[in-house]
Amino acid sequence: MSSGRCAACRYLRRKCTQGCILSPYFPSNNPQRFVSVHRIYGASNVTKLLQLLPTHLRAEAADSLYFEAQCRLEDPVYGCVGLIFMLQQHINAVESQLVKTQAEIAVMKSQGQNRETQQAEPDFNNLLLRQSDNEAPLSFPNQVSSGFI
Amino acid sequence: MRSQESRSTSSCAACKLLKRRCTPNCIFAPHFRSDEPKKFAKVHKVFGASNVSKILIEVPEEQREDTVNSLAYEAEARLRDPVYGCIGDIALLQRKMIQLQHDLALARARLSLYAATDSAGISNTDSDQFCTAALGEFPVACGGGFMDSFSQTSYEVNQDTHMYDFSQIPYI
Repeated sequence: MSSGRCAACRYLRRKCTQGCILSPYFPSNNPQRFVSVHRIYGASNVTKLLQLLPTHLRAEAADSLYFEAQCRLEDPVYGCVGLIFMLQQHINAVESQLVKTQAEIAVMKSQGQNRETQQAEPDFNNLLLRQSDNEAPLSFPNQVSSGFI
Repeated sequence: MRSQESRSTSSCAACKLLKRRCTPNCIFAPHFRSDEPKKFAKVHKVFGASNVSKILIEVPEEQREDTVNSLAYEAEARLRDPVYGCIGDIALLQRKMIQLQHDLALARARLSLYAATDSAGISNTDSDQFCTAALGEFPVACGGGFMDSFSQTSYEVNQDTHMYDFSQIPYI
């Protein structure tokens, strides 16, 4: 009969009733799960937290509590906040690389455009030099003949 | 005299909330000042004063401030989101990381293609079209729901970026 107790009630050495709120989420075949959660949060706090939630969300809540408890046991100083720091650092690094790569793409694009533009447009400098060797300078419409009148 | 000292304003936020005398060697006093009552209230609500005290005793004194701040962060996250707590933040960051890694891989592939087409003498316009055609089917690893985020293995695009492998912590 004692094997019918959930991990929580077994650990707390109490009778596991049919309406035990912890038993669905702390089965007897995984005692370590409750031990971890109890060490960080305490049975009372876990019970209060789960009671406040609708039934369909309690499993996810129990899972996340277990994850956070494990993180805290492995890293008593930072717990799962250490993971957040690390992820943020990684994100910053990748963002920097992305910005750098996008800048390189922009440079390559503009170099390519410049090259195409130079190939497409006539070389006015050379044209003027050739003409000045042989002919009078070309007159352009709207050109001011002398001075800035 | 002694009673006046005990009634002075030197009681920390923890002892005020717990309605007890704040001793000179109170473990909470350096980290839960009396002008920050909400900080301890949140931590106490989620973890309990006794558990916080045990955690603080286990860490070196110089790391207790960081410990308290991380506990406060976790408590705040849990009160804000009672189902997922901090894990919600982690899942969001993880998805952002995956998306960024995908964008970076795409950008690097595009850069390589530009370099290749440039050296081959292909025009800019043609290389644009070529890039779009070549990279149109680039695979995207999408993070799904909460469980998917934790069951995914690290999505490594290159050696420089590495995502934390949640499978190291027994979760699923």
